[in-house]
Amino acid sequence: MVSFTKPKIRRKNEPTNDIGLIRSDYDGAMSTLCAGCGHDSVTAAMGRAFFELAIEPYRAVKVSGIGCSSKTTTYFMSQAHGNNTVHGRMPAVATGAMAANADLTYIGVSGDGDSLSIGLGQLVHAMRRNVNMLYMLENNGVYGLTKGQFSAAADIGSTAKKGGANEMAPIDPCALALSVGATFVARSFSGDKEQLVNLIKAGLKHKGFAIIDVTSPCVSFNDHKGSTKSYEHTFKYYHKAVHADYVPPSAEIRASYEDGETMPIELHDGGVINLRKLDNGYDPTDRASAFSKVLESGQSDEILTGLLYIDETTKDMTTRKNLPKRALNTIDYAELNPGANKMAGLMKEFG
Amino acid sequence: MKPTDTSDPDYFHKVVDCQWACPAHTPVPAYIRLISQGKYSDAYMLNRASNVFPGILGRVCDRPCEPACRRTRVEEEPVAICRLKRVAADHRGDITDRLPKKPKNTNGKKIALVGAGPASFTVANDLAPLGYECTIFEKFEKPGGLMRTNIPAFRLPEDVLMEELGYILDMGVDLKLGSPVNSMKELLKEGYDAIFVGTGAAKGKDLRLPGRDEASNIHIGIEWLESVAFEHIEKIGKKVLIIGVGNTAMDCCRTSLRLGANDVKVMARKPRAFFKASPWELEDAEEENVEILVNHSPKAFVHKGGRLTGMTFDLMEYDIDSSGRIVDQKIVGETTIPCDDVILAIGQNNAFPWIEETCGIEFDKWDVPVVDKVTFESTQKGVFFGGDSAFGPLNIIWAVQHGHEAAISIHKYCQGESLTERRPDKLTLEPTKMGMFEWSYNNSFDDSERREMDHVALTERFASLGTEVELGFSPEKIATEVQRCLNCDMQTVFDAPKCTECDACIDICPVECLTLAPPAEEAVLREAVSAANDDQALFISDELKFTGRVMLKDEDVCLHCGLCAERCPTAAWDMQEGIVTIHHAGDQELDEIFEAAE
Ligand SMILES: Cc1cc2nc3c(=O)[nH]c(=O)nc-3n(C[C@H](O)[C@H](O)[C@H](O)COP(=O)(O)OP(=O)(O)OC[C@H]3O[C@@H](n4cnc5c(N)ncnc54)[C@H](O)[C@@H]3O)c2cc1C
Ligand SMILES: Cc1ncc(C[n+]2csc(CCOP(=O)(O)OP(=O)(O)O)c2C)c(N)n1
Ligand code: SF4
Ligand code: SF4
Ligand code: SF4
Ligand SMILES: [Mg+2]
Repeated sequence: MVSFTKPKIRRKNEPTNDIGLIRSDYDGAMSTLCAGCGHDSVTAAMGRAFFELAIEPYRAVKVSGIGCSSKTTTYFMSQAHGNNTVHGRMPAVATGAMAANADLTYIGVSGDGDSLSIGLGQLVHAMRRNVNMLYMLENNGVYGLTKGQFSAAADIGSTAKKGGANEMAPIDPCALALSVGATFVARSFSGDKEQLVNLIKAGLKHKGFAIIDVTSPCVSFNDHKGSTKSYEHTFKYYHKAVHADYVPPSAEIRASYEDGETMPIELHDGGVINLRKLDNGYDPTDRASAFSKVLESGQSDEILTGLLYIDETTKDMTTRKNLPKRALNTIDYAELNPGANKMAGLMKEFG
Repeated sequence: MKPTDTSDPDYFHKVVDCQWACPAHTPVPAYIRLISQGKYSDAYMLNRASNVFPGILGRVCDRPCEPACRRTRVEEEPVAICRLKRVAADHRGDITDRLPKKPKNTNGKKIALVGAGPASFTVANDLAPLGYECTIFEKFEKPGGLMRTNIPAFRLPEDVLMEELGYILDMGVDLKLGSPVNSMKELLKEGYDAIFVGTGAAKGKDLRLPGRDEASNIHIGIEWLESVAFEHIEKIGKKVLIIGVGNTAMDCCRTSLRLGANDVKVMARKPRAFFKASPWELEDAEEENVEILVNHSPKAFVHKGGRLTGMTFDLMEYDIDSSGRIVDQKIVGETTIPCDDVILAIGQNNAFPWIEETCGIEFDKWDVPVVDKVTFESTQKGVFFGGDSAFGPLNIIWAVQHGHEAAISIHKYCQGESLTERRPDKLTLEPTKMGMFEWSYNNSFDDSERREMDHVALTERFASLGTEVELGFSPEKIATEVQRCLNCDMQTVFDAPKCTECDACIDICPVECLTLAPPAEEAVLREAVSAANDDQALFISDELKFTGRVMLKDEDVCLHCGLCAERCPTAAWDMQEGIVTIHHAGDQELDEIFEAAE
């Protein structure tokens, strides 16, 4: 018999989060991606992070561009708001939505093709503006949806499933992000949920633009020998530099700092990200140090992962531009519309 | 940490909770699938191979499978396994030509079977087709044992019983009715090659309280039911007290209602949580307006000039601790309840007045025979016990299982083979993948609730003792109930070298029973996948090629939905039908033929 729907089942003793929901309340439609696609694993990690943070789905916004990765917003949190935009235009839509309602949690989901080719300019400016969102860049080195052409993230020497090796220099999303002012820069792997879920939680709670570059293998077009984005290759060269745990505001903070390797970063909501440095001499709060470390690792096969850089002090777009902290539709008309006199005054300023 | 050895036939067998819990290991999901395909006769035959009496057991089995059923992990009620067994029996066609036949020639070996209950009948069922000359000696004029004498006809109609006993008699079994065996010593002299004792444990316990010897109208439940079955007793007083709250008590109270009583009280010494009766038997009695009084401890029989007028009880109060055990009790008062009759239903014992001390059959200090738990042989070579006579009162399905095992032993004994060298159970795995999103079973989860049995209306059912109360399942109920079964025999089989650790199975699993973790002690791994039920296995794979982690699966909560296998890009997970073979007497020869051919 044909059945391919995940039944919704409430087990006995099923754990609930702080708002009484179970994990499957954060599920979406059944995925139509290829079996084994890394993106599905990232979807599961996003669902789990929202569940663990006990965010009401209707208080969240999912935005995406075009690509297999961008399709995945449909596959989690079906009760959240969402918009699949046109190719590469997700950052602009997210920025506009943020201006209209800064009181929601924003997650953008995109791929290396959507983000680093057609959408590169959009991405860079959202980072510069420090839009308060988490941007998931599901990176498989190819355009999966259009059958596996190299993307701008393909490493030099990585071979296509059929055909030759890539010869052009890759764009490293983390190096890019560090160079244009992103305030939360992380790298992870779809095959390491433990790390990924923690990073997503931290990224969602970070006030400002957070980007996670997630290696997420394309099983159909880029999981072969010779590919640097395959499961095998990633598992082999995967390296954890910094470990990040998100600790919610209410929880008692019990980390031990005395060895000098664990560093608490206080967030705007009162929560804390506990950073545990796994590499000596690495300071994830120092942009230059992070930048050189990322460039350095780019010279080798090593895949540097973890929360590579964090800056909680730079103002996000909403704060800097003094935009309303709540939804425009909750502000009454008189306040929202300053009236003809104000307008005339404003025009004079530029007179 | 040791990787799980799934080649141990018990591993996957144990996953099929119902089959594992069934003493005869009836392949429940397989017969439920046959029912779902309308193959009732096949479903009946598959049942029969394990439990011999699907029509009988489909009505009155103690159903240890149901509390074990996996369905109870996702909702309250198990699959109505027993009811579906009756469906197979009710809707079967003529299966007589599919039954084992009386062989043309006997093998010259003579077996005496004492008592015509389910245990002896199972032994005969297994041995007669192999050529053994089986003779059953029964003291009563009718066969069936307690199934006839104690289980009332409104639960188990006589024709259902007779038909299934008849199948076995037709295999050339000689049934000698009205033939009590009065001396084991004599029987041993009669030249039988082996003797099977299946005489049950039908001695009801008495209650020695003041007034017991003086008062009339006090009945021992088992004997009373027997007299009713043989129509020696046809009525009872209006007010009846039943002492005890086990299954015998339930049959006594309901039978009383059919013999003219209109005020029947079941008197329990302890609170409801301590009742011995099966929940469904309690439910059926209460539906018939039987009143159950708790915390009444019998004290004395009250009588007037030898005529019973009532019974006195101590009123009890119990202290129960958090784990539900009684830690203290006290008497808080006394009450006398008037009645016309009292029926004692407080338990039964074995009794073997006909087995002489000099027969070489040892008994323990409770007068229970010393019987080997594997071979069912007594301390006298060639004399085997099974059913209630072996280890005290159990139920029909255990009697059947004992019968199968004793038959294997008798066969081996008569062939001069070692009784203890028994063939191990076998498990074979068959592929079930039919195509994309397609398996040979219905893998979708059906969230329907358990179907209820329809009953004859209360206004009609008391007219005659033989009116069967349960009506069986309607077609709609059959169609729904079969889909509630999760097909637990569709096993998740993991091939570690194929796994690329993509997490697809982990993410799709609707009950989160899979994960990957670094190798560690089982206790640590159990935590990694929140496997809380230690009674159920944790599957631990070999170390995986990319990271050296292991795949874990908590067998406790798996729904056998197949989504893990559907999602797996390399078919490292596969759904395979696990077919358990439990050996019966005679499989031996077949197996040897197959092995020789291989
Ligand atoms: C009231 C009551 C209700 C029950 N309800 C259920 C139920 O719903 N479901 C269930 O599974 N189980 C039930 N049981 C238990 C079940 O009936 C027994 O466990 C089962 O019948 C035991 O089978 P057996 O073959 O060991 O012996 P029995 O069924 O007891 O058969 C023994 C036979 O041996 C005969 N016999 C004894 N001594 C001699 C002798 N010396 N010579 C010749 N013949 C002899 C007896 O007359 C009898 O026919 C019930 C029991 C009682 C008492
Ligand atoms: C304007 C426009 N140009 C081109 C395409 C074709 N197109 C669809 S998806 C895609 C690339 C997607 O790559 P990526 O974002 O890496 O997603 P993946 O499928 O790899 O997850 C392209 C070029 C399009 N849909 N729209
Ligand atoms: S084509 Fe590649 S990226 Fe797209 S769903 Fe399939 S495996 Fe995933
Ligand atoms: S769900 Fe079906 S196969 Fe599983 S234990 Fe229950 S009856 Fe048996
Ligand atoms: S069959 Fe697979 S996916 Fe379904 S419940 Fe079991 S382990 Fe989970
Ligand atoms: Mg891509």
